[in-house]
Amino acid sequence: MKVTAKLWIGLLILTVLSPLGLVLPEHFKAGAAWGEWGLDEIQKLVGYIPRGLERLAGVWSAPIPDYAFKGWKEKGPGMLSIAYIFSAIAGIAITVFAVMLIGKMLVRRDK
Amino acid sequence: MHIPDGYLGPATSGVLYAVMIPIWITASNIVKKTLKAQQVPLLGIAAAFCFVIMMFNVPIPGGTTGHAVGGTLAAILIGPWAACIAITVALVVQALLFGDGGITAIGANSFNMAFILPFVGFYLYKAVSGNSPSGSSRRAIAAGIAGYIALNSAALLTALQFGIQPGLHHAANGQALYCPYGLAVAIPTMLGEHLLFFGWVEAAVTALVVRYLQKQDASLLKPGGAR
Repeated sequence: MKVTAKLWIGLLILTVLSPLGLVLPEHFKAGAAWGEWGLDEIQKLVGYIPRGLERLAGVWSAPIPDYAFKGWKEKGPGMLSIAYIFSAIAGIAITVFAVMLIGKMLVRRDK
Repeated sequence: MHIPDGYLGPATSGVLYAVMIPIWITASNIVKKTLKAQQVPLLGIAAAFCFVIMMFNVPIPGGTTGHAVGGTLAAILIGPWAACIAITVALVVQALLFGDGGITAIGANSFNMAFILPFVGFYLYKAVSGNSPSGSSRRAIAAGIAGYIALNSAALLTALQFGIQPGLHHAANGQALYCPYGLAVAIPTMLGEHLLFFGWVEAAVTALVVRYLQKQDASLLKPGGAR
């Protein structure tokens, strides 16, 4: 088997295992990454919401926020893990498509 | 390490977009000259790897989370300029589709994770590897050291960008307008957690995959071979 094929299989395994990145922080009661708090967390941490932050925080509304479907937040770890894997598959597919398109365009223009 | 919207003032996010534009153009020009058609799949694999490894949030029990980026590994595999493009694409998809990192902070996040990280990682890997043969364990160790320092370099720059905000932008009553923590909090916290925890994850991932590639096809790791 070509080594690239093995690497794709490795990526598939990582995709299936990706919910560990969701479930383990939950299990060990670890919160958001430093500097990536939501507005209510900021309010708790510093006692107010910085005005510019409040204004800019909602500037973009992502279709699958935090790798979970909208309204799934209360569905529990099982369903959220499924959404996480789906997000990984969709994200990898779009990333690979875009980067290989760029790669092909750059390579071709040279020839 | 994905700076969300609202944590950086317009000055910082604007400057870092402005800094990234010539870097992205240079990366395209260099990749155009150096990338071979058969390396395009490797570009895709590197981008996919960076995307998915960043989803593995590692918890500090009772504290925060962080993750590896895989940027040094990408740079070793396809060169730092191609890695810059691959990681940038992953970051853009994360921001647009999943709200992981702000769209106003794509310049900043790309500067830290798609520029500083792969370049520090790549040149450190080359320096520590020296002339050792492509299958040598010294190369795997070099990859781990490079990954550790590169991730911490990116964390330090992220902390700097967070930390200068209260000084740059504050209201008359002293309240911060964007990130509320200054350098004295941002640097020790972000750098500390990456030095103690997440840097080791990046080091292990980088070294282990390089070791695996050495056993599978060491030509991928030849100095100047795959780029």
